[in-house]
Amino acid sequence: MQHEAVASSQEHIQPSGEEVRDRTNDFAFKLANVNGTGSASANGLIMQAIFRMGIPVSGKNLFPSNIQGLPTWYEVRVNAKGHTARTSVYDLIVAMNAETYARDIREVRPGGYVLYDATWPLSPALARDDVTFLGVPYAQLCNENFTEVRERTLMKNIAYVGTLVALFDIDMDIVTGMLKEKFSRKPALMESNAKAIKLGYDYAREHFECPLPMKLEKMDATKGSILIDGNTATALGCVYAGATVAAWYPITPSTSVLDGFKAFCETYRTDKATGERRYCILQAEDELAAMGMVIGAAWNGARAFTSTSGPGISLMSELIGLAYYAEVPAVIVDVQRVGPSTGMPTRTQQGDILMCAYASHGDTKHVVLFPANPNECFSLAVKAFDLAEKLQTPVFLLSDLDIGMNDWVVPRLEWDDSYKPDRGRVLSKEELLALPTPKYYRYSPEDEHGVAARTLPGVHEKGSFFTRGSGHNKLGGYTEIPDEYQEVMDRLARKHRAARHLVPPAIIEKRPEATFGVVTVGGCDPAVREALETLEERGVHGDFLRVRAFPFGDEVEAFLAEHEIVYVVEQNRDAQLRSLLILETSVPKEKLRSITAYGGFPLQAHQVIEGIALP
Amino acid sequence: MSYIKKPLVRHPSLKTNQLGLTVRDYEGTMSTLCAGCGHDSITAAIVRAFFELDTPPHMVAKLSGIGCSSKTPAYFLSGAHGFNSAHGRMAAIATGAAAANRKLAYIGVSGDGDSLSIGLGHMSHAIRRNVKMLYIIENNGVYGLTKGQFSASADMGSKSKRGEANAQSPIDPVMLALSLGATFVARSFSGDKTQLVPILKAGLLHEGFALIDVISPCVTFNDHEGSTKSYVHTRKKQVPIVQTDFVPAAAEITAEYPEGSVTKVTTHDGATIHLRKMAADYDPTDRTRAMAMLRERQAAGEIPTGLLFLDPTGATEMHRGAKTVSTPLVDVPFDDLCPGHDALERLQAAYR
Repeated sequence: MQHEAVASSQEHIQPSGEEVRDRTNDFAFKLANVNGTGSASANGLIMQAIFRMGIPVSGKNLFPSNIQGLPTWYEVRVNAKGHTARTSVYDLIVAMNAETYARDIREVRPGGYVLYDATWPLSPALARDDVTFLGVPYAQLCNENFTEVRERTLMKNIAYVGTLVALFDIDMDIVTGMLKEKFSRKPALMESNAKAIKLGYDYAREHFECPLPMKLEKMDATKGSILIDGNTATALGCVYAGATVAAWYPITPSTSVLDGFKAFCETYRTDKATGERRYCILQAEDELAAMGMVIGAAWNGARAFTSTSGPGISLMSELIGLAYYAEVPAVIVDVQRVGPSTGMPTRTQQGDILMCAYASHGDTKHVVLFPANPNECFSLAVKAFDLAEKLQTPVFLLSDLDIGMNDWVVPRLEWDDSYKPDRGRVLSKEELLALPTPKYYRYSPEDEHGVAARTLPGVHEKGSFFTRGSGHNKLGGYTEIPDEYQEVMDRLARKHRAARHLVPPAIIEKRPEATFGVVTVGGCDPAVREALETLEERGVHGDFLRVRAFPFGDEVEAFLAEHEIVYVVEQNRDAQLRSLLILETSVPKEKLRSITAYGGFPLQAHQVIEGIALP
Repeated sequence: MSYIKKPLVRHPSLKTNQLGLTVRDYEGTMSTLCAGCGHDSITAAIVRAFFELDTPPHMVAKLSGIGCSSKTPAYFLSGAHGFNSAHGRMAAIATGAAAANRKLAYIGVSGDGDSLSIGLGHMSHAIRRNVKMLYIIENNGVYGLTKGQFSASADMGSKSKRGEANAQSPIDPVMLALSLGATFVARSFSGDKTQLVPILKAGLLHEGFALIDVISPCVTFNDHEGSTKSYVHTRKKQVPIVQTDFVPAAAEITAEYPEGSVTKVTTHDGATIHLRKMAADYDPTDRTRAMAMLRERQAAGEIPTGLLFLDPTGATEMHRGAKTVSTPLVDVPFDDLCPGHDALERLQAAYR
């Protein structure tokens, strides 16, 4: 019966008459699935295999805020030139979720392909005559070849990996090698996976012309790169920076930062013989407490951090202000998701820029670092701790879901063993005793950055001081005297201004014939670069600047001054980066033109191109 | 004591402790609380406790939130680092501090407003984690700094200064702590220094979270007829359940008590706590019994005081639960924290 159904479903399948150009190493496909069916590992397998073939690739996981049952998609883009921003032009779709067939099939570009489970007939209403339908009876194949119920479901996904191996000409040896690595200690699983892949592969070879016009050829473009997500890289950065106390409250999409930190600490910081741990992870009762714990630990001299997302920053804001005013170092990782309120927890956005820059009541300004990819998540995490301690202030590492939870191909992470943490001005017992003054004063004298020396509890009685979030003067004493209060506030402002010379500079790329500038931030990077390259091919030239920190360095100010028109590309509705540039530089706001995308999916090049008014 | 600045001179006959320090060395700045405030009496007891324990002041971290009570860390131990943080957040900040450096002594001073409303969650979780700290609630049943509103510990029916009766039932920090599994629970009265000092000492050395709820009358807003947190009411209704004597580990003196009426509990460092039962059938190591006794006494309008519960089994303190190294984390060398270049190279093989 099922075979007949397959046959009948294929009756209305009409291969496209459109001539398909060679799409070797330059195409995109989408995998439509059901959340909770184990598709993530299948999709990751394909993505990693392509990466190991040396081809630039990206995978975007578009998943629902749900554990099981709702639709989920995974998009893969391969591009020999290295353009790995999200694209919504799909050359092939793997349609494994009948509920979303209509939408998924509609999204395939003309001349593209639909790979679907042909165990059941496809409704004639879904037919398109400009795409090719490739039906493989996955459910039936798995039912015939696997006995366990769970396995029958899971292996359908692995089977489509096999089909794609055939259709795209993915190197089977690489896939086999990956299975061996992954399941070296679970031979039964390896056997099932290999069997499922073979089922999908053999069916494709037997029934379809393989490979398709969109196929893969080995390259050498990912040598020296790794495939990693931003949250894992951030976690590693925190380990390498020497963070010992992490306090957090679980929240999507930042949870895997702490999961990663914990796992790395178990590997690197746990005494194998005694089980003793050189770290302390506190799963707090809420974000309020998490921030308090970070402040307490940092006040005591530990490198401490928290990771959260926008709603968590809202709750932490009170204590972020305390850390700012009392000058306690703190590292806050914010993996942004879509707001406001609960928003869309599993979608990406850059909606916390202004909130982080000015978090808390009163006059507060913070140092914010903007990584654009996992490699920078690692290096800027380390930088965040150095800056927090050097400046004795909270520092934000502002990532987002796209960077944090998707795998990116990035250069290998580098580490220089000569690195020494910059602890800033912390007086030792000897230095305290050698002070020319009989007493130590917490907030005086300041150095050229506006930073005074701090002391840690337990070091010496002479270093004792009273930390307070209430009005204090430059000696640390309580005050309500206007001049004394203002003196401290002015120094804090000077300190923030001084930070612009200490933060990582913006990335700037100029073109000789440029007629405009583009300023962007974070994960917009690949889409904006792609857009500028595409425009250049059309004779339109623009300069590129990606800010990597707030406060903005002098180079940002100069870039804005150099261009008559500057497009500011970011992923939020209200153009928050543009607002911050207007507020914190002398650029006339008229010259800043906003390009925003804020639907929750990663930015695409065409959105940038469309936003730039072409001559 | 509030308005008289103390002279810096030291009387030559002033008694010194084993560190050669006098009580004066454990004092802080001049109090700015109202004359007669119960909190100042607690401050004096804290000074005495640290002096008697021979604690080096710089090895103490004193923390607080916001409110009259939270001002008090400024008034004791000038030689200790202090942290007057944000409303209700002291427990969280102390938890982080304790995580970073386990060798310091932590004393958190809070109030009923600070601890039982905004800070209730944090205090509860510090109890759950069994953070090694002495947590004092200076409990006056009223918001002093905002001039007289009822706090969450105000008894139902007790009256405000304006005569308004409180319509809500109180949160009792002692009952709460017992139900949450606290390992050291006591209640005392700011006017009873004899009782308070040994409890403070025992709490400071307790290997875990020690909660002391101290009834501390607010002379300005809650020391009137109709208040259940006034000096008169507390003196009249206070019922000492156990009398505590604390013998530090270093001292060889053992107190003599009639057999059968004294319980000895040895603390982590070898010190001994003698608990003399005032109520013959009271077992201060029985959590269930302690809760029942408190309910009965409180229903009778009494204020049971003393060291009400002590977990003799020494339930897992935060660091022991987390298996943290014995070296304070702040003292672990960077080289022992950073895996280094080669490890990163090896690790990245897994990301190919």
